[in-house]
Amino acid sequence: MLSEIVDIIVYIFLALGVFFNLLAGFGLLRFPDVYTRLHAGTKCTTFGSIFLCGSIILLAIKTWFWGNTDGANLAIHTAVALIAILITNPTGAHALARAAYRSGVKPVGAVIDELAGKSERKSPSKKKEVKK
Amino acid sequence: MIEAFNTEYLVVLGFLILAIAIALIRVIKGPTAPDRIVGLDTINTIVIVSMVIFGFITGTVIYIDVAIVYALLSFISTLFIAKYLEGGEI
Repeated sequence: MLSEIVDIIVYIFLALGVFFNLLAGFGLLRFPDVYTRLHAGTKCTTFGSIFLCGSIILLAIKTWFWGNTDGANLAIHTAVALIAILITNPTGAHALARAAYRSGVKPVGAVIDELAGKSERKSPSKKKEVKK
Repeated sequence: MIEAFNTEYLVVLGFLILAIAIALIRVIKGPTAPDRIVGLDTINTIVIVSMVIFGFITGTVIYIDVAIVYALLSFISTLFIAKYLEGGEI
């Protein structure tokens, strides 16, 4: 009974993960702009990775519950990989969006730019020059 | 080694390779440099998930360790390329 419920949940997780990863690819191809492409390509892959790694963790915990200790090894390693994805992916997206704005790419269809004078770079070397 | 759902995970791996191919079109076609870097970042994340799934299918945990190291190194490379695009010193 418990095993069949876990199998059904694994099928649902696999379908959701594949759907969102394919959505990331199509969004990357179809959106008109750097910022909207970043929106599609980063959030959808993070959400799909949660479900794909979650299905593997669920299967490994089920195997561990039935007495096979290979499941514990697999579950812990997959959880560490998932945590690495969850920490690094949004941080990289934030840095890329800031770099795209500062390298002069404007959003398609934007009328005003509210960040125009506020986003100048404050590097430590320039501060030293000002103090001299 | 877990002998379950091997066929289903192989089908999932095929769809992930399709997603990588679609993102590769954006890397080749992208008009500006940040477009290409966004495509490469997406490809990196999908490759990490593919490595985890391949390690599950073949029953070797060493692929998942490689995926962890790949995640951290691709994050560092993305940060350095973003710093380069800003035009600042690293």
